[in-house]
Amino acid sequence: MYRTGKRSQIMSEAGYTPPSATATASPIAELRGVTKRFGEVLAADDLNLSIRAGEFLSFLGPSGCGKTTALRMLAGFETPTSGEVRLDGAVVNTLEPYRRPVNMVFQHYALFPHLTVAQNIGYGLRQRRPKPPRAEIDRKVRSALEIVRLDGFEGRRIWEMSGGQQQRVALARAIVNEPKLLLLDEPMAALDRKLRKEMQIELQNIQRRLGITFILVTHDQEEALSMSDRICIMRDGRIVQTGAPRELYDQPRNRYVAGFVGTSNFFDGAVTGLDGGTARVAIRDGIVLAGRALAPVAAGQAVSVSIRPEQIRLVRAATGGETGWPVSILNRIFLGEHTEYLVKHESLGEFMVLTPRQAELSDGPFNAGEQLTAVWDAGSALVLDKD
Amino acid sequence: MTERGRNIFLLAPAGAWFLVMLVIPLAVVLIFSFGERGPAGGYVPAFTLEQYANLPARWAAFKNTLILAPAGTLASLLIAYPLAYYLAVRADARWKTVLLVLVIVPFWTSILIRSYAWIFLLGGRGIPALLAMIGIEDVRLINTPFAVLIGIVYGYLPLMVFPIFVNLDRLDKRLLEASSDLGASPWRTFLQVTLPMSLPGIATGCLLVFILLMGEFLIPAILGGGKVFFVGNALVDLFLQSRNWAFGSAVAATLVVLMLGSVTAYMRLIRRLGAQREDVALM
Ligand SMILES: Nc1ncnc2c1ncn2[C@@H]1O[C@H](COP(=O)(O)OP(=O)(O)OP(=O)(O)O)[C@@H](O)[C@H]1O
Ligand SMILES: [Mg+2]
Repeated sequence: MYRTGKRSQIMSEAGYTPPSATATASPIAELRGVTKRFGEVLAADDLNLSIRAGEFLSFLGPSGCGKTTALRMLAGFETPTSGEVRLDGAVVNTLEPYRRPVNMVFQHYALFPHLTVAQNIGYGLRQRRPKPPRAEIDRKVRSALEIVRLDGFEGRRIWEMSGGQQQRVALARAIVNEPKLLLLDEPMAALDRKLRKEMQIELQNIQRRLGITFILVTHDQEEALSMSDRICIMRDGRIVQTGAPRELYDQPRNRYVAGFVGTSNFFDGAVTGLDGGTARVAIRDGIVLAGRALAPVAAGQAVSVSIRPEQIRLVRAATGGETGWPVSILNRIFLGEHTEYLVKHESLGEFMVLTPRQAELSDGPFNAGEQLTAVWDAGSALVLDKD
Repeated sequence: MTERGRNIFLLAPAGAWFLVMLVIPLAVVLIFSFGERGPAGGYVPAFTLEQYANLPARWAAFKNTLILAPAGTLASLLIAYPLAYYLAVRADARWKTVLLVLVIVPFWTSILIRSYAWIFLLGGRGIPALLAMIGIEDVRLINTPFAVLIGIVYGYLPLMVFPIFVNLDRLDKRLLEASSDLGASPWRTFLQVTLPMSLPGIATGCLLVFILLMGEFLIPAILGGGKVFFVGNALVDLFLQSRNWAFGSAVAATLVVLMLGSVTAYMRLIRRLGAQREDVALM
């Protein structure tokens, strides 16, 4: 699919080394105690983050949590109210965007309508002083077009391109400059699901091949999970947790992260007892759930017990040794590989169970109204801070 | 209604208007221009080119118009563009409307009265008197082409400001950020993005001001004091004073041809400039 010859040429020109070789080197960009106020609004609140060279990092969070603001401070469009933005070790708080070795792919692409596709892509190269020779600009523009698989579209007008093509032009316009850091602000928000999937894969390939450090802003958790080396979960201008997708999924810091990375069932209660890393949590009606506490909890503390839907099994009869909870099935949604059941327990209330097709074949499928038993390993339940 | 029927329906009012108010008078002017002056003025039917042969007698009026109309357009543009840019891009959103209204305020009184104010300002006891106080003696401003130019810029500035303002106001500011992000300094961003993107506004403003200036007669009459006169003044003179309708018609017909010629050439130029950008209609 890829003509690797051309691409490795670009990589060597830029002098890039694969991310693994530089992963331990000093951070390429850093936020240190960065705060940004817009009047009354605290858009960024004490952000601390170290971005490693060559990594693919995502900012994930709901609308208005300050993702764009964080990105714009890295690009130079906003100046932090306090704290330090560092690029390659140097504080750049007030350095103008056009002096930063950083490029951005804007949410709505912001392509120049008065220029052709090739002129758009070559724009950044033409701003360099001394200006590169025309032949060199042309050559780089052509290989950038090849990377985003738009060969032959040089002379097209922007408005003659589809949404997905425009998105790729925007990407090419940024990567042709071989920036140290590429910022992408929800670049795929405007694309339909299928195209978005394709672009996600393409983006990841490009990132791996060029070795450019990517920071992607998204509020699509699936996108963040599938593409990133690390994810930075944000909420109300703060960073809640930063970590590899797996880490966030398996060891969420609190209920918010667990709910944002994947889906989970939460049972609220108070800690009644501790036994090493295991906490017992009284839910209601005398029901006590046990779970692993990832962070220290104290007796009496209000917590949530989180159990992922895929970690719960439905059985017709509980075999000895497991604690089972009698439930009735309210609803069944067939998802192909999986079946999602909404079940109800008298005291625990409603929760989700995700059953793989494999299990269905031996012991299912179950129908709405059936009385079953829900079981899970005590180790798969997590006791989490409520926020 | 068919597509064609609908179009006719849409065009009928304007078509009728143009026929009565434009085509018929133009035809009359054209016919008159080949006629002769009656003994007591007015028009006597004839077919002669005598009136056109006589045009050089009014050469000064054509010369003034053909120099001062483009010059006035250019001067208005040079002053209006930064103003429109400030209003659209820089001005605080809260002040934008207020400032925009201030630009139109002069239009609330008649151009006649406003031009009389300029007579005083440019006359002996106005600006020249101030200049004399700092040692620059004997500056004559009133009744010079310069005075007319000032009057033109003053009178037509809003007409130039508005189309450019609207254009710049609608300019997607994210394009400016994108340009900066790609390494262009503010000045280069202006030259490579803002200016080309505002060409449609510039084109509209210039066309509007230029067409009106070609027919201007009030400002030269007041600030030119009979020394700097436009074709418009010649027409007033020929039709109202000397009642030479035939010659007046020949002058008027020539002006129309000149206007058609220059506007066509201008449109061609703009179309060429805008050839690579079908996204925005330039006209
Ligand atoms: N220029 C500004 N002036 C005032 N408030 C602003 C400005 N820019 C952002 N904000 C506010 O700062 C907060 C964070 O905004 P930001 O654009 O960073 O959110 P976001 O996480 O990117 O959201 P979305 O996913 O909707 O794009 C919001 O409350 C927003 O209203
Ligand atoms: Mg945003």
